[in-house]
Amino acid sequence: MTELTHVVEALLFIASEPLTVAELAEVAAAPPERVERALDALAERHAEGRSGVVVERVAGGYGLRAAASTTDVCARLVARSPDRPLSQAALETLAVIAYAGPLSRPEITRVRGVSADGAVAGLVDRGLIEEAGRGGTPGAPVLYCTTTVFDRVFGLEEGLASLPSIESLAPDEARSDALRERLAVVAAERG
Amino acid sequence: MATPSVFSLELDLDLFAGPFDLLLALVLRDEVDLAEVPVAEVCVAYLERLGATSDLDLEAATEFLVLVAALVEMKSRLLIPGAEDDEPLDALEAADELAARLAEYARIRAAAAWLGDRRHDLGRRLFRVGPAPLAAPRPPDREVMSSDPAALAAAITRLLRPALAVDLSHLPRRLVPVRDFLARFRRLLDERGSFTFDDAVSGLDRMGIAVAFWALLDLYRRGEVLLAQPEAFAAIEVAAVTASFRREAVA
Repeated sequence: MTELTHVVEALLFIASEPLTVAELAEVAAAPPERVERALDALAERHAEGRSGVVVERVAGGYGLRAAASTTDVCARLVARSPDRPLSQAALETLAVIAYAGPLSRPEITRVRGVSADGAVAGLVDRGLIEEAGRGGTPGAPVLYCTTTVFDRVFGLEEGLASLPSIESLAPDEARSDALRERLAVVAAERG
Repeated sequence: MATPSVFSLELDLDLFAGPFDLLLALVLRDEVDLAEVPVAEVCVAYLERLGATSDLDLEAATEFLVLVAALVEMKSRLLIPGAEDDEPLDALEAADELAARLAEYARIRAAAAWLGDRRHDLGRRLFRVGPAPLAAPRPPDREVMSSDPAALAAAITRLLRPALAVDLSHLPRRLVPVRDFLARFRRLLDERGSFTFDDAVSGLDRMGIAVAFWALLDLYRRGEVLLAQPEAFAAIEVAAVTASFRREAVA
């Protein structure tokens, strides 16, 4: 363990947000390559099964979290953990904001077809989304975007860039064409 | 009192009593029919509130204009069906649009399912949350306090060295003496008996006007002039104190 490894370990310990290699290098006044080597050494030492605290690559940086084997016990200490179970409405709202954000509540409602107010408030309360300024439409509605906490709860190494592309999740073109034809038939019958 | 925000405007209409933002929310949720909302009465209510305030906050007033304009546009579309850009979609177009919306929603459902699976696969993740105990980014090259006494001595020596005198000789020196204005105002009063301050200082820069105002106050303090200003920001009228007036004042 080099001195720099100790420094990087301590920085990750006191930080409440993931730190990037660039940030670590600047604070530690060390070249980024050496910081990366220190991170490798730390990740090896603090790996699942080897330590109660694990170094994770997340949100484009590095952070410490409780090892998987300890979370049930740790959760007793944390009254309102951001990773409490999410309802279907909350998951859908989160998906809309993650893929299309920043968005206002009316815009989220438009995509989902039902009011998103309750889900948005719940997600803000958990710290999974946060306000990101105001939109330019009448009334200047508050816009929402996902947070670093969201990246960490969903284990997104490079933040939103680690989400699978929406095209890969979309129903295939054939199905959507079939749907369109069925709707056209219904429309024709109604005149 | 500042310009009222449109959102806090209390309305008392036949249709609705309460704050404007609630009305707006109800309209947007289709719980109140916009066609029945008397927009003119909303405007009157806002203007009445505006009349009760002293200064105009342009941002708040503009917010109201934008909102009301949007309401009027939406309402006019409701009241005049069949306007050119508002033709009802034909059945096929409607089916297409519905299919597109359903496809969009299906993608979101798929994304939500992915997020749900991901959480399930990863299990719970606990980490430090809360305000970062981090200092603001350090300014670059800040000198770190040294425990070496010699460094302290060097630091105090640097501080004790007298600063170089800054040479200002190349800057034009501008002096605007109060007494010049005193003389000028007295001359004006002798010639005309009265004048307005704005006329007397027209063409002067800020500094000139400030000094002129100082001179005017000085004349007033000496009891040589009477000052009158009908309302805030109106022209200041300056009149000479006549001998008879001065006697009355003394009497």
